Amino acid sequence: MFPNLAFNLQAAQVLELWIGAFLTLMIFSFLYKDNPFYKFAEHLFVGVSAAYWMVQAFWSTLIPNLFGKLYPPMVEPFLPEIAGNEADFFKLIPLVFGIFLLMRLVPPWAVVARLAMGLVIGFAAGTNLTRYLQSDFISQIDHTLLPLIAFDDAGFSLRETIKNLMVVSGVVAGLIYFFFSAEHKGLFGKASRYGIWVLMVSFGAAFGYTVMARISLLTGRMNFLGDWLTHMFSGNLPT
Amino acid sequence: MLQKLGALDRRIIFVLIALAVIIPLAVGLVFPVATTPIVQNIFDSIEALPPGSKVLLTADYGPSTEPENQPMLEAVARHCLEKDLRLYVASIWATGPPMIEQMIGKVIRADFPDLVEGEDWCNLGFKAGNQGVINSAYSDFHNAFPTDARGQAAANIPMLAEVLRLENFDHIVAIGSGFPGVKEWVQFGGDPAGVPTAGGVTAVEAPLLYPYYPAQLLGLMGGLQGAAEYEAALVKAYPKYTESSRQAIKNMGPQTVAHLVIIAFIVIGNLAYFSSERAKPKLGVKS
Repeated sequence: MFPNLAFNLQAAQVLELWIGAFLTLMIFSFLYKDNPFYKFAEHLFVGVSAAYWMVQAFWSTLIPNLFGKLYPPMVEPFLPEIAGNEADFFKLIPLVFGIFLLMRLVPPWAVVARLAMGLVIGFAAGTNLTRYLQSDFISQIDHTLLPLIAFDDAGFSLRETIKNLMVVSGVVAGLIYFFFSAEHKGLFGKASRYGIWVLMVSFGAAFGYTVMARISLLTGRMNFLGDWLTHMFSGNLPT
Repeated sequence: MLQKLGALDRRIIFVLIALAVIIPLAVGLVFPVATTPIVQNIFDSIEALPPGSKVLLTADYGPSTEPENQPMLEAVARHCLEKDLRLYVASIWATGPPMIEQMIGKVIRADFPDLVEGEDWCNLGFKAGNQGVINSAYSDFHNAFPTDARGQAAANIPMLAEVLRLENFDHIVAIGSGFPGVKEWVQFGGDPAGVPTAGGVTAVEAPLLYPYYPAQLLGLMGGLQGAAEYEAALVKAYPKYTESSRQAIKNMGPQTVAHLVIIAFIVIGNLAYFSSERAKPKLGVKS
């Protein structure tokens, strides 16, 4: 039994390697020009992704979090450990609202989907509002209020002072650039000009990071194709 | 000449970039990597945790960003287990579980075969609900993660007995590549629960996360470079991982060469642009 299993695992790994390599080459073919191979790989990716997300959500959320709590014996074949738990009938509420959402597919009943959608939007807006206010607004303002003359254990710190000056002046100048109720001239105009420079530097950094990300992904694919070529010529599989 | 270069077929640039990646990979070109403070802070904070501390490590990404994120996940997991910390791995991305399984195979089964699942480490798998899962875990962790990835009830997992709320963790390390990810772990996890939080993100996302450092994020691994820096810190402290923890360090060779090629093209493109501008007849000047 075990040798067969090992053989099957190896065969599956080889198949995975070859399918992955061909799909990678199909996607790369777009760099030359659009073609049916690229289109095929693209559509396959979209379809497989959608199916994967659906299956994952079903087995990791609907089964343990809904059916496993609503009627635990139902999940005994898959999750025997929670099959003996007590039923939690409060889960009927998300079940009903979940069914309401699906009613969008039945035109005469589509209006009830709005109830579920309203709940989702209301919950998301309420939760996000408080957390965004705290983490992205108040905390960010708090952490921008830095001392313009900084000291550390050894006394005056020039490095920290310069850093703090850059952060504070950058934020203030950036805000001035987006302040349109006063004409951008004189000292105000110079601050606005500094603000656009700060923005340009941040855009440049973001672009540099994006280039790095794309090259990293290309390196990953090249490593994969290297594994495939190694297997093709030597029979060795990647570890 | 410069104007001709300005009109270069983009496919030639693609080929040169491909060669800039393939040749260094083929010859095994590796450059030394120094760890910057923003990554060293993460390493130091994990290093300072006493044995038995509880670390939540999340894998909120998928195969599309594996080259950047996977070395981060593996290096942090290896570091935590080397320090005898209890490791809780979870994901709020459906594509996270295969990444976690890969890490378990390469790190836990390979380097720490004696550790017991459920006592020293556990895989909580994927839970749908985006930031709602984090919000739920903040108030009732078992409600957010009622089972582990194998379907074992949370109540029957020994190392989950002490984790009732998110604040029971000593450290959160979120590895992500978008929404929901590191930002949501800061907003809905680390900030309200007061748990020290660190992040590892793709390079594209890194500039968006910098404002959270150092107050809300104690450190940030940005892209492949961030991963390589963490590997460098790990290898420096634990030389026995020199071979097993150097995927990102190896990939930084082609990265550096490709960057040089891109910089060269940016310079050439600008020279070509200014050259063609100079060659244009000026408006208002009679010839």
